[in-house]
Amino acid sequence: MAETDAHSTGDSTLLSRLEPGLLVAVGGFAGAISRYGVAVVLPGGFPWGTLAVNVVGSFVLGVLLYEARLLGLLSEKTRLVLGTGFLSSFTTYSTFAVQTVALSPTMAVANVAANYVLGFAAVLAGRAAVRRANR
Amino acid sequence: MNPFVFVGVGGVLGALSRYAVGEWLPGERRDVLVVNVLGSFALGALTVGFADGATLLTTFGTGFCGAFTTFSSFAVETVQLYERGEKRAAVGNAAVNLFGALVGVVLGASAVAQL
Repeated sequence: MAETDAHSTGDSTLLSRLEPGLLVAVGGFAGAISRYGVAVVLPGGFPWGTLAVNVVGSFVLGVLLYEARLLGLLSEKTRLVLGTGFLSSFTTYSTFAVQTVALSPTMAVANVAANYVLGFAAVLAGRAAVRRANR
Repeated sequence: MNPFVFVGVGGVLGALSRYAVGEWLPGERRDVLVVNVLGSFALGALTVGFADGATLLTTFGTGFCGAFTTFSSFAVETVQLYERGEKRAAVGNAAVNLFGALVGVVLGASAVAQL
């Protein structure tokens, strides 16, 4: 009986050590295929897909981090699967950078401005939405 | 096979690698800058090295590099800096990520083009 207990304790320790990675992996899988899906659906010509995921992802992360910091409603697990896993995989900087380099100078400036201005505004909008919801 | 599968597998590896970099480089901002510059270099190289639609570009470019780098964490950290009153650091963070990533893309692309 003691041996069984020790064994099960060992298993749960191993599982708890692997758990953060599993949560990040599940979120990362879902985030990457969702980003790909958005890029497939939106029209080409301008990198609309990357702009869309970066703005939407920044909005939701603004919501999540605001809640985590001020209300403590989010568990560490939720933050790992949604923040570190899903949203950070859903949004991308490398694709944004490669697409910017490939654009004409004028469109490149427009792309950087759109991602930066709308991305930062989305973070603030996410926080404002949570603040209003909890009033 | 369905390209979503390759993107998903690359996404798992990219997210785990980013998480690992965050564990090795604790502290705000540094880990995000490192993954964004490294990932942009790699995607620049892959984009020049493989034709559009190639399985390796889908897996390691769209999947891995796309998930390894992140815009949302960058945006939240930059806004937090600005709101804390560290306006110069916020502008610097925004500029260094952009400059580092764009230079990374060009260097990665030209490295492969010269092979």
